[in-house]
Amino acid sequence: MQLEQQVALVTGASRGIGKSIAETLAQAGAVVIGTATSESGAGAISDYLSAYGGQGRVLDVTDDDSVQQLVTGLKEASGLPQILVNNAGITEDKLLMRMSATDWQRVLDTNLSAIYRMSKAFIRGMMKTRNGRIINIGSVIGSMGNAGQSNYAAAKAGLIGFSKALAQEVGARGITVNVVAPGYIQTDMTADLPEDQKTALLDKIPLQKLGETDDIARAVLFLAAESGRYITGETLHVNGGMYMA
Amino acid sequence: MSDIENKVKEIVVEQLDLDVSASELNNSASFVDDLGADSLDTVELVMALEEEFECEIPEEDAEKITTVQQAIDYVTANV
Repeated sequence: MQLEQQVALVTGASRGIGKSIAETLAQAGAVVIGTATSESGAGAISDYLSAYGGQGRVLDVTDDDSVQQLVTGLKEASGLPQILVNNAGITEDKLLMRMSATDWQRVLDTNLSAIYRMSKAFIRGMMKTRNGRIINIGSVIGSMGNAGQSNYAAAKAGLIGFSKALAQEVGARGITVNVVAPGYIQTDMTADLPEDQKTALLDKIPLQKLGETDDIARAVLFLAAESGRYITGETLHVNGGMYMA
Repeated sequence: MSDIENKVKEIVVEQLDLDVSASELNNSASFVDDLGADSLDTVELVMALEEEFECEIPEEDAEKITTVQQAIDYVTANV
């Protein structure tokens, strides 16, 4: 097993890409803690992770106290994670002219500031053990931009810079920091796209299909396992070729 | 040597991975200039002191702790 005796923390793990990542890391042998914002979400995570010795926890990534409670809770239970996957994210799509300060702030808080908050909270444990993997889930939109997503694009581009800077700070302690940037993946987040937009999208994807959540999970596992040990500060695009960095 | 002095020195030796024992450590030694610490080492050192003495050292104070003696003085005065 690639991740035997490792603890992994995956935020936003109740569905979609986060759920797939949590399942994949668990199948690779890690004790996975998945987080969701609600009790019911955490319960759903426990349901699919308990068979592997993992569990769901309630976490609001935008709240310092909530993050601190999780740190304390994990110290007493599973131990602190060596693998942190910052996956939780939201969209609040609007053209800039119609975008309120709240729409902007909420997306920046959840998709970018939360990564600062979570990394800071959990890096201490990794520094001590001289071993850690931080994997931030970005988006092709952070590199390409997209009309109606200036907030989301800013946050997702921001986490790339964050990851490069942090990678330089903690490389000497055996901690890697990378980004996995999904393209269009079949999830609840992309299910709402109108049919004509989906068709237009497929025309731009050389592999001619939307990605599956499992495609992202495999990339995360690659970086989290021994296979990724010499990779840091990198952005791994998983998008069927729709954007080539 | 006081208990605090001894404990601080033990932490310094451990965190900076020094080849001397705590009792041999010079009080005037600077973490960066004499003991070879880099910026990350000094942050970790402060974090280790916080943990050992169960206190929180504010950033503006942490910046002023650059020698073994300053660490001992800070802990003695604030814990």
